[in-house]
Amino acid sequence: MKQHTTPRDITAAPEFRLFLIAALVFGLMSVLSPDRFLSSQNLTSMAFQFPEFAILALAMAITMMTGGIDLSVVGVANLSAVVAALILTHFSDPSMPASQSAVWLCVAIAVAMAIGAVAGLLNGALVAFFGLPPILATLGSGLVFTGFAIAMTGGSAVMGFPATVALIGNAQVLGVPVPLILFALLACILHLLLTRTAFGLRVTMYGANPLAALYAAIDINRMLLKVYVIAGMFSSVAGLIIMSRANSAKADYGSSYLLLAVLIAVLGGVNPYGGYGRVIGVVLAVLSMQFLSSGLNMLQVSNFARELIWGVLLILVMVINTHAITALRRSAKPAS
Amino acid sequence: MSSDCGSAFIDLRAITKRYAGVTALDCVDFTVQPGEAVCLAGENGSGKSTLIKIISGVEPATEGTIHIAGEERTVLNPRISAAAGVMVIFQDFSLFPNLSVAENISFATQLSQHERFYKSGATRDIARKALDRIGVEIDLDARVEALPVAQKQLVAICRALASQARLIIMDEPTTALTEKEVRRLQSIIRMLKDEGVAVIFVSHKLAEVLEVSERVVVLRNGKKVAEGPAKDFDTQSLTYHMTGRDVPEVPPSDVTAGAETLMQVKRLTKADSFSDITFDLKVGEVLGITGLLGSGRTSVAKALFGLVAPDEGTIAVDGKPVPTGDPQAASQARIGYVPEDRLTEGLFLSQSILHNVAVGRLDTHSNRGLLDMGNLAGEASEWLTKLKVKAPDVHAPVQSLSGGNQQRVALARWLSRAPRVLILNGPSVGVDVGSKADIHDIIRNLATQGIGIIVISDDLPELLATCHRILVMRDGKIIDNLDGKSVTEDDLAHRLAS
Repeated sequence: MKQHTTPRDITAAPEFRLFLIAALVFGLMSVLSPDRFLSSQNLTSMAFQFPEFAILALAMAITMMTGGIDLSVVGVANLSAVVAALILTHFSDPSMPASQSAVWLCVAIAVAMAIGAVAGLLNGALVAFFGLPPILATLGSGLVFTGFAIAMTGGSAVMGFPATVALIGNAQVLGVPVPLILFALLACILHLLLTRTAFGLRVTMYGANPLAALYAAIDINRMLLKVYVIAGMFSSVAGLIIMSRANSAKADYGSSYLLLAVLIAVLGGVNPYGGYGRVIGVVLAVLSMQFLSSGLNMLQVSNFARELIWGVLLILVMVINTHAITALRRSAKPAS
Repeated sequence: MSSDCGSAFIDLRAITKRYAGVTALDCVDFTVQPGEAVCLAGENGSGKSTLIKIISGVEPATEGTIHIAGEERTVLNPRISAAAGVMVIFQDFSLFPNLSVAENISFATQLSQHERFYKSGATRDIARKALDRIGVEIDLDARVEALPVAQKQLVAICRALASQARLIIMDEPTTALTEKEVRRLQSIIRMLKDEGVAVIFVSHKLAEVLEVSERVVVLRNGKKVAEGPAKDFDTQSLTYHMTGRDVPEVPPSDVTAGAETLMQVKRLTKADSFSDITFDLKVGEVLGITGLLGSGRTSVAKALFGLVAPDEGTIAVDGKPVPTGDPQAASQARIGYVPEDRLTEGLFLSQSILHNVAVGRLDTHSNRGLLDMGNLAGEASEWLTKLKVKAPDVHAPVQSLSGGNQQRVALARWLSRAPRVLILNGPSVGVDVGSKADIHDIIRNLATQGIGIIVISDDLPELLATCHRILVMRDGKIIDNLDGKSVTEDDLAHRLAS
């Protein structure tokens, strides 16, 4: 396809700004703490840390593309993980031979993904068929999912997995952490889905103007169901990674990830009113956040201060982006 | 008050307004005397709404001076303007549907008096006085949403009067009124003028208000192109000044004799909206559906495309029934619908031309697997050439195009699906004159290619220029089925509003 991309187009894209931010944060942290930040140990540990919330951010991003949001991502992740963990602890034990426990791991993964899909279907149905505002529908369903997870576990952590479970979260293939591979895979899939398929185009168009989508005879309900199912299944993958890395599952793991996922999606240039978003932007935003987070950690900034920084950042990015959007609209406004 | 006899109530001098490089008004002088009625005429985009926005303080002028009631206003906002007695009645009246007639009339007055508490007695007094002033009886306690259109308009007039209006600006006051209601409006206007209240009519259909007006001002492309006593103008000369040329349009060539029936609509009914809509559409025929605002014409159009679910009735294309109330089913039956409001319903403004056209073709490309974007882009640019869209390339966002070009993009989406039936609701609303003639050409051309076309419009010359047959709707029913060739514009106007 003939794309009219010139160097100027690339520098004008919002993603280029993000690239600069990521590079800037990386450079800043490298200067402030060169021995520790640039150590291979730190780089590897970062590569293990970010995929779980980065995948949640991808889930968030696709719902935002439609002008919606999925506040239940962490709830879905934990519910999937808890059910998978219960399957693993019930049917297999650490003494089992690896081949046998691998079968149970596959079963657990399949069930976890199915739970993600069903949860997404529920969210999608609430939004599409019942017309609930996504923010309220998923806030409610998120509580329901977390509630199920608590009811199943009594609120305590489920642990005692066979060693094979560690493959998902802690292993490396050719020196590349498995979680990173999973994230890269999902990011590529989502990118292709959004830019090169009919479904992706419909998502973008619906996000840009839901009413015009109705008039263009787009099957909106089906499209919304798919969007939330994808978000749910992505959340399940994140849940499994968290479970593997923590070597346990609990109903309230990763509670700070919800805000982080929203923040990354918005920072990544996804328009929370729908209609615009690119996976590369989300990836760059993830990197910026991870560099910042690790760096702050090394500079011994307290965890509480970090939450505060995330919140301020979210508001700041929203103000800048909203401003940019209105400025854009004003300059493109046709004469009346 | 410094409005001695002879000095204008509104006096605008050399008003220029620019929006981001586009000149909406170019050095326009405009005056209104107390008790005078002025017609402000112009097509969409001529600058008449901009002028009204400046008078009512919604938008500041870029250059020029404004005097209201003899005082120069350098700073103007809606509140200052209203305090000086300038009241605008918009086409939708901006009433509160859930409040009573009395509350709607006295609301603004009581607010401007800084009343902190709701006083039922005062509310009714103010409303009663305003209604008496124009000699109209409306139940003070009726909820406004339950009133017919003409009465809502009267409530809006009373609200303006209660707020000490010295100038009432009425936007498209007659589009929804029957002839009888227009006559009542005319007599009320005469009465207001006798009391020294000035009136500006903003309209592109002026025949009805011409006879109660003293003066006509015509805008075109932001410039004042004509001004003079109302008696010197008639519909034809107005059209000439508004469009800048006589637009001779050839009526469509005849439908091929013995053309097959393409679409059959039988007894389509929806409670409180339309009833017993029955008609046939032949291959290559252009069928007009017209009626006043609120006659049900748009609801019928939407029902044909599944956007409104009728209570009963059937639609068939090529003899096959089309499930009602389902846009996807309609679109699969190869019915296309270009909606009235391009900006909110028809197009994805922020998206590229390519996306806007391609969205209609997605299901013909495989739903699984990847889209062939190159192919889609080629197809879109082919349509740009065919429909003569002026655009840099298919990646340009639709919002960067002019109204006429936007409408062509909306058309291209459906045409690329090779429709059997194309429903065009207000096909030339908000497009410039040249584009309008082009769009009419496109419509006539498509018909000769065998597409059945339904044009929904209240633009009578447009209907006469494009349609073989015209259905007239009133109160949700088809009341006339006219031959496009043998009916005149006056006759049609009369049937519409009688």
